[in-house]
Amino acid sequence: MLKGSLGLIALSSLLLSGTAFAQEKIKVGVTATLEGTYTVLGEDGMRGFQTALNVLGKKIGDKELEFVVASTDATPDSAVRAVRKLIEQDKVQILLSPLSGDEGIAVKNFAKTHPELTFVNAASGAQETTYVDPAPNFFRYNMDGAQWQVGLGKYAYETKGYRKIATVGEDYSFIYTQVFGLVLEFCGAGGQVTNRQWVPLGTKDFASVIAALPDDVDAIYLGLGGADAVNFLNQYQQAGGKAHLMGGSIMIDQTILSSKGNAKNALIGTIAASGQADTWEDPGWQKFVKAYQDAFPPAKRFPSPSLLATNYYGSTMALILALRQVNGDLSNNQAKLKDALAKIEIDAPNGKIKLDSNRQAIGTNFVTEVVDDGKGALFSKVVKVIPNVNQTLGYDPAVFAKIGLPSRTVPECKKY
Amino acid sequence: MARFIERHPAWALIVIIAVAVLAWLVFAIWPPGLEAAIGRKRVFLNAVLNGITLGGLYFLVASGFTLIFGLMRNVNLAHGSLYLFGGYVGYAISSWTGSWLLSFIIAFIAVALVGVILQLVVFRRMEGQDLRQTMVTIGLSIVFADLMLWVFGGDFYQIQTPSWLIGPIQLPLLTAIKSSGEPVYLQYPLVRLVIFAASVVIGIAMWLALNRTRIGMIVRAGVDDRDILAATGVRIQLVFVLVFALGAGLAGIAGVVGGTFQSLSPGEDTRFLLASLVVVIVGGMGSIPGAALGAVIIGLAEQLGSVYIPTYAIVVTFLIMVLVLALRPQGLLARR
Repeated sequence: MLKGSLGLIALSSLLLSGTAFAQEKIKVGVTATLEGTYTVLGEDGMRGFQTALNVLGKKIGDKELEFVVASTDATPDSAVRAVRKLIEQDKVQILLSPLSGDEGIAVKNFAKTHPELTFVNAASGAQETTYVDPAPNFFRYNMDGAQWQVGLGKYAYETKGYRKIATVGEDYSFIYTQVFGLVLEFCGAGGQVTNRQWVPLGTKDFASVIAALPDDVDAIYLGLGGADAVNFLNQYQQAGGKAHLMGGSIMIDQTILSSKGNAKNALIGTIAASGQADTWEDPGWQKFVKAYQDAFPPAKRFPSPSLLATNYYGSTMALILALRQVNGDLSNNQAKLKDALAKIEIDAPNGKIKLDSNRQAIGTNFVTEVVDDGKGALFSKVVKVIPNVNQTLGYDPAVFAKIGLPSRTVPECKKY
Repeated sequence: MARFIERHPAWALIVIIAVAVLAWLVFAIWPPGLEAAIGRKRVFLNAVLNGITLGGLYFLVASGFTLIFGLMRNVNLAHGSLYLFGGYVGYAISSWTGSWLLSFIIAFIAVALVGVILQLVVFRRMEGQDLRQTMVTIGLSIVFADLMLWVFGGDFYQIQTPSWLIGPIQLPLLTAIKSSGEPVYLQYPLVRLVIFAASVVIGIAMWLALNRTRIGMIVRAGVDDRDILAATGVRIQLVFVLVFALGAGLAGIAGVVGGTFQSLSPGEDTRFLLASLVVVIVGGMGSIPGAALGAVIIGLAEQLGSVYIPTYAIVVTFLIMVLVLALRPQGLLARR
């Protein structure tokens, strides 16, 4: 008898809690590059996303967030396909997407066809996405590739004494933007960029590219990421390369610095710039690193979060905080949420972030140098922290507009 | 050779001139005018050598593919998965034992076993049904890709090159003369040369085995007419299993090679499947020398393309395939 009534109570409490859970949901679609050259970047992005959920929780007032994840492969059509599927089949109301540069431009354009929904950029960093004809419902809480290179050109010229450099980069918008930022500052300081080589995303055999690197330069700038970067370094080592290196933001990143094999050791001492530095002392950053490390066992993560994890964390954080400000109110085509997103200032792990009138982040940038921690693990060490970097890189908007959009040959190597 | 010259005097002349020009480009010191026009000789020589060594890797993958097709008329679209699986096995063995050579042997055996299972469990049941086999192998390649993604994750792996193979060596090819009169020789990664030499050895061994041994004779007879061969009392199913094992094993070895001088990650399977399809279409389905020729052509096209016309490098390979399909649809070295 007693047993029976206990069972009844248990059952009814289960049912009660069931009704408590059957609350209104807010559906959010997330994309990451979980296939192809940038797989590792996508996976760590998702770790950053998960860390944000662990820290902030999924509750928005009395509503709960529900996520649907879709995979892309860094090509613009794969991103649009994934976003379209999330909207049309899964009926998501908010998008956290995408990861990579070309994807960003495509998703921004797609966002215009769904003005009622809200798009929060996850990690993509091409300049064009928010600089040219921005979508009113597309918000980006990470800086673009050019902003992430601020400080590197001057540091290379003034402190390292490099006068002539050559660049090798993947042939797409994000790396154009990175080289844009580098060239502008390095040439502005008086340096020369003698040669810019572009390789298709997903190149496996770099031997000929390596052979074509010029000898008469002080350093070679590498704007590669994911599998491409690892392949390059491996073949660079086999070819006996010894030049000074400089790195882009996804080249000098835990996705590469903690890859298997010893080819990455060529990067020790390399200078780079990015939206984060692994060894930054800031308590907010250290807390984030700890949360990331606690969220996953060591074999399932990097020793320290990559730039992608940080970006996904920041974007997720901005979205959740803005949703809480409006108490999950998505009525009237999500007008309140969009308003809150445009105004919100977040204390991201990599410094304070606020948006400009194009809904593009203004944030903090870091010049770094790769160091060995003595146990064989490589980290990027802070050399310089530059706060308040905006999209026009401190140039007058009119002057900046004259430089042109990042491409294989823009900007010219001169002082603007 | 003499007959070819008699029958196609114009083509023969073009070929001889092309060879002479190539030899001059490789051995002579380039005059400054030429260097100004098409870049330094070092870059050209490197691109040519890279193309040939990359061709060696393509040959290893494609030879197994073409061997299986030649005998069994079986388009194994899971061949790329066998390549990637071989690479992963090689990685596991080399990081566990530290022996690079052992990883080749184990990868060969492991992937050959997978090939045997595939033949016994799958292909034997649908002999002669091309469409069904094609669909089943596409399905299998997707299943394999997901299984490998599950086990190995999306990370990229690199098989550690043994220390005696790291670094460049000097080749007796002049690239330039310094102003002091001192000659500059070409530096080239040793590991690529070794791997290329190994693929040449494997290619020759396969050719000898096919043309000079009894097993080879049976296989060739099977390529020509399976039914008659079976009627003469040869246990054709056993031959099929052996050939499938060999073809799969070669893909496994290629995986270790690819993991050593490139890297292993999800997606590599389809890339190499595509590469071997192109190689085999260019060279001729079912022909080993055809696979070798096709592999070198595609390797050279990729590497020279990436240096001299980087924007269109990807197109060049497919352009070659289209040309071959238009002018000689059976492939360059296939018998009609």
